[in-house]
Amino acid sequence: MSPLRVFIADDEAPARERLKELLSDIAAELPTALAGEAQNGIEALERLPASGAQVLLLDIQMPGMGGLEVARHLAGLEAGPAVVFVTAHDRHAVEAFELNALDYLMKPVRATRLADALRKAAAGGAPQPQRLAQAAKGPREYLSVVERNRIVLVPVREIVYLRAELKYVTLRTRSGEHLLEEPLVALEAEFAEHFVRVHRNCLVARAAVRGVERAADGGEEPHWNVVLDGIAERLPVSRRQWAAVRALVKDQA
Amino acid sequence: MSIKQNFSTDALPDFRNLGVIARVLLGVNAFTFASALVVEPTWSRTLERFTHAAVLVEPMLLVTLVVLYAASPLLARLRYWVGCTAVAGLALAVSGALHVAVAGPELEPGGLARTLFLVAFVVAALLAYLRLLARAYSPALAEARLQALQSRIRPHFLFNSLNAVLSLVRRDPRRAERALEDLADLFRVLMQDTRSFVRLADEIELLERYAAIEQLRLGERLEIAWELDAAPLDALLPPMVLQPLLENAVYHGVESGTGPGRVVVHIARHGARVLARIENPYYEEHARRAGNRMAQDNIRERLQLFFDAEARLAARSEGGRYVVEVEMPYRPAQA
Repeated sequence: MSPLRVFIADDEAPARERLKELLSDIAAELPTALAGEAQNGIEALERLPASGAQVLLLDIQMPGMGGLEVARHLAGLEAGPAVVFVTAHDRHAVEAFELNALDYLMKPVRATRLADALRKAAAGGAPQPQRLAQAAKGPREYLSVVERNRIVLVPVREIVYLRAELKYVTLRTRSGEHLLEEPLVALEAEFAEHFVRVHRNCLVARAAVRGVERAADGGEEPHWNVVLDGIAERLPVSRRQWAAVRALVKDQA
Repeated sequence: MSIKQNFSTDALPDFRNLGVIARVLLGVNAFTFASALVVEPTWSRTLERFTHAAVLVEPMLLVTLVVLYAASPLLARLRYWVGCTAVAGLALAVSGALHVAVAGPELEPGGLARTLFLVAFVVAALLAYLRLLARAYSPALAEARLQALQSRIRPHFLFNSLNAVLSLVRRDPRRAERALEDLADLFRVLMQDTRSFVRLADEIELLERYAAIEQLRLGERLEIAWELDAAPLDALLPPMVLQPLLENAVYHGVESGTGPGRVVVHIARHGARVLARIENPYYEEHARRAGNRMAQDNIRERLQLFFDAEARLAARSEGGRYVVEVEMPYRPAQA
């Protein structure tokens, strides 16, 4: 049997050392190989896809990006790792893990528990995205796109708009575009604070709305367009959303 | 070690405390006004009578307060009832002397005996009131102690520290020993009676032990600059006022950041005041965490119980730094 490839993500160096010690302690009954290490969430997302890790030991409280959000971005990978969350003390997180059947360990970790958790996780495979979403307390700080086995992160506050098109949602920032596979309805629910719906197929960042203008008449029905900060493109406002958009523009004035 | 200053038995009020002084001033004037109200039928004559009485009452009151302020350290050494008698004696002596000095042809304050009787009555009433007030506060102190305990042991810190020590046991057993000793000292203080004052020197030692443990966990991510050259080591302060602030600084300013974070601990004496300032990097996106505010409210409450209106805690963020300042009166420990 080839050793199980384990990746460790924790912001505290002694905690990573401890896990490595424990992995070597249980090597006789459960052979493992260290696939990689990361000391914060962003680093974990950068390094993990190419590491070939089968199981990720993931600290939930890390600077930059917490463990739960890391796991949610990993869920986009085709062959994502199984995840075992590790926490020193976070009552709410532990409740959420229990409720959503996610694997977790408490620090300080015991060798026998670690072996059990690794075995169970390796057999169970990657966690289901819905369970991770339910366990998360609030909205993500990033949206992610997997491009050629690489996870590209886009900070939510840099997004100008999200527009549904056929199968995908186009995510537009000042500097570029990405295609997301998440339904617009779910995004609207998760980021209700950040975005306002201007049209059946379009969410615009509240902070990016500069105003509205009458659309130039091109034979179609006259309507209003949203003027955006930082990009020249104008987005049509549907009749149904007009009241909400107007209220937002008034508030900002 | 900690200085005995027990709040559970009766103690004379601290006549240098602003709160006590304000209560005495208000109490005596309210009493004077009320008595004028009782004897006079109209508002204007009540006011007239009050002003008339004030000519004698205010000097008596102010001089008595000044004398008590000066004698406060001496009075504090007496047993409670002896102290009360001494306070009454001082007030009677001052009032008697002023009565004789002020009484003249145009001001007829009435007989000396009546004045002294009234003064004795007011002094007794005020002492009883202040004693009741102190007693009413002691359950609050006990509760504050409990709250303090709950709010300042961050379980996150305990378990992560234990985990860090475990990682050292094999690689560097001596360092692991030291770390466990630091943890033991820290928890000894955490579990101590928090109703008595401690010396600043002890609180600083606690800060250093705490910092040693955090350093172990966070390594080079944590840099602490200690500015303690002007710290009055003999100053008395409530226990666990500074440690939770340093813990907050590390938690919010260093652990939340991916890069290294610099924390500044500055303690100095400015005349009759002690100023402590703790600074850390400020990350706006983490500002909404509520733990910080809770710890500060708790410390503010305890400062108020110990120093009444004379201590202050203020926090602000400026230029990417978060700054918490505690200012309190300088009370040196008697050697």
